[in-house]
Amino acid sequence: MNLRELTHTEERLCEGHRLCAGCAEPIIARQVLMATDKPVVVANATGCFEVSTTIYPFTAWNVPWIHTAFENAPATISGVEAAYNSLKRQGKLEGEIKFVAFGGDGATYDIGLQSLSGAIERGHDFLYVCFNNEAYMNTGIQRSGATQKGASTTTCPAGSCIPGKREFPKDLTRIIIAHDIPYAAQASPHNWKDLIEKSRKGIETHGPAFINVVSPCPRGWRHDSSQTIAISKLAVETCVWPLYEYENGEWRLTGESLRIAEGSKEKRPVSEWLSSQGRFKHLTKGKFTSVADEIQANVDKKWGELLKLSKM
Amino acid sequence: MSKPIAVNGDTAIAMAWKQINPDVVAAYPITPQTIIVEAYSDYVADGLVDTEYICAESEHSALSICVGSSAAGARVATATASAGLAFMWEMLYVSASMRTPIVMAVANRTLSGPINIHCDHSDAMGARDSGWLQIFGENVQEAYDNTLMAFRIAENMKVRLPIMTCLDGFIITHALERFEPLEDEKAKAFVGPYQPVRPLLDVKSPTTYGPIAMPEYYYEIKYQLVTAMANAMDVARQVMAEYGELTGRRYDLVEGYRTEDAEYLMVAMGSTAGTVRFVVDQLRAEGKKVGAVKVRLFRPFPTEDLVALLRGKKAVAVLDRAMSPGTGAPLYMDVVEAASQIGSPPRISNYIYGLGGRDIMPEQLSSVFGEIIEGRGERVNYLGVRK
Repeated sequence: MNLRELTHTEERLCEGHRLCAGCAEPIIARQVLMATDKPVVVANATGCFEVSTTIYPFTAWNVPWIHTAFENAPATISGVEAAYNSLKRQGKLEGEIKFVAFGGDGATYDIGLQSLSGAIERGHDFLYVCFNNEAYMNTGIQRSGATQKGASTTTCPAGSCIPGKREFPKDLTRIIIAHDIPYAAQASPHNWKDLIEKSRKGIETHGPAFINVVSPCPRGWRHDSSQTIAISKLAVETCVWPLYEYENGEWRLTGESLRIAEGSKEKRPVSEWLSSQGRFKHLTKGKFTSVADEIQANVDKKWGELLKLSKM
Repeated sequence: MSKPIAVNGDTAIAMAWKQINPDVVAAYPITPQTIIVEAYSDYVADGLVDTEYICAESEHSALSICVGSSAAGARVATATASAGLAFMWEMLYVSASMRTPIVMAVANRTLSGPINIHCDHSDAMGARDSGWLQIFGENVQEAYDNTLMAFRIAENMKVRLPIMTCLDGFIITHALERFEPLEDEKAKAFVGPYQPVRPLLDVKSPTTYGPIAMPEYYYEIKYQLVTAMANAMDVARQVMAEYGELTGRRYDLVEGYRTEDAEYLMVAMGSTAGTVRFVVDQLRAEGKKVGAVKVRLFRPFPTEDLVALLRGKKAVAVLDRAMSPGTGAPLYMDVVEAASQIGSPPRISNYIYGLGGRDIMPEQLSSVFGEIIEGRGERVNYLGVRK
């Protein structure tokens, strides 16, 4: 796979959508869908990505696409895949089709977790991709189960008494791995090669696959729209968002995370990550700086666990 | 010739599905629907059907799976009841607007709380404005017959709406009754092969399902349901006529019994319709001019058919196995609306009965007739409740 080849792949999500400048979601979706030249059907949870790509009577989708509700993209794609299996078995349909579902962190970590868990347990053959922008951005930056501790959102604002969100995010990727899923990974749009390779594995996996992708949101994270890729890279370099995959029961670090673990790349301090975004600005000086230390300690703890799991 | 057999209503529905052999069935167990999905699972396990059978982790997901499958181009069936239907509520509207002709058996059961597993129509009534067609059966035979007809009505190109085949929980779902199924080939021929419309799995001409419609378009998309419902009325009539030719069992959207010279009518849906006819016969023997009306098709509501039956009557009692605290119940409201088209309409009163599976006895219905004949009774009455 090289960039020249990728420039010739079919555009499955076309221009004309209305996502914000600097939004990571269409970058991620295009990389994921570049990973296969087989026909795909896409399901989408309610969220920014859904509303901005399909404003009736327009659509930015050049592949079959379905949205039904917020919490059920995994169930919806289960149904499409079930129909495919049934019609194929009965000889009513020919050719191979792949199934991909997209959802934000609200749809995946919170309201749709049951639907995702059910679809994975049932073993449907699909790839689920979570755009993790760490809050409900479509409704105006409200706290989700993926929101980082200390982040200021519109429902956990940093005030004079409370320093933003008081809890650490749940580790959804590990929750998904606990399903004994055939393939799961974390990825970042700055490392396109890593994301596309993981997407290819996820799509080609027989059975369910899950990729959790960090997805900077200039509006919600309060950064310049030119900084999306730089900030997603920083998430990995600080080990806030390690790149790894879980395949056939084996954990493996990838990309910059592997190099950090091997000692060939510096592990940058979390303070650099926090100072890159306005949502954390109350943690960088004043009475809440100890929260920044707690975040660093938690990142170190989770990183240590990941090193053990990856036998590094 | 088909042979009469004795099964319960749930099993009869599973038998109808087996003959139709849907491409996908997705469901979640809930009393009193469970026998349907258990019986169907047996057919799947024994390779008697081609169906992809999906055990969903919730009713919300069950219907979401059905919507995905139907949009993909599959013929789809499911079944639920009570809280399960309530949990599907969001997806009811989505599936109707997406024009997915899913056939769903609803084993009518009341809604919590307090939790209660027995029959009333509260579950289906909560879905009456969703854009689903709703057809009610009186007994095991009708539960079966309605199911075969439901696929034809829902899938008709002028309709393309999902449909609920409603049967009273326990009273029909679990009661063993004699009924006559069609021979497999006759049933299959009656329902015919499925014709998908713009299936998602047609990857050569990609379709976007479920886009966001802003105020400039939303209303028109919803209005299409009005047109489809209007078409469904004629289609249902034709399908019932055709089914009558095939089986000799002649059904209608609304069925009157001894109504022609009647002065007083009682309107009901579901299993109670049979009790009403029994009471009508008793009172006729006493010389009272009473008649019964059974509403089979509840959505779309056959207003014109009702008007024809209500015209010239003195008083009408509408039995609702559901309540709308603060006003009259749904069937009553629709009957009153129909009667408003008549110059001098009959006096119409509402009798709420049988909530949470409370039995309804013939003597109670006799006394209701007595009340309306004598001009007694409130506008909305709560039959048999300890106040």
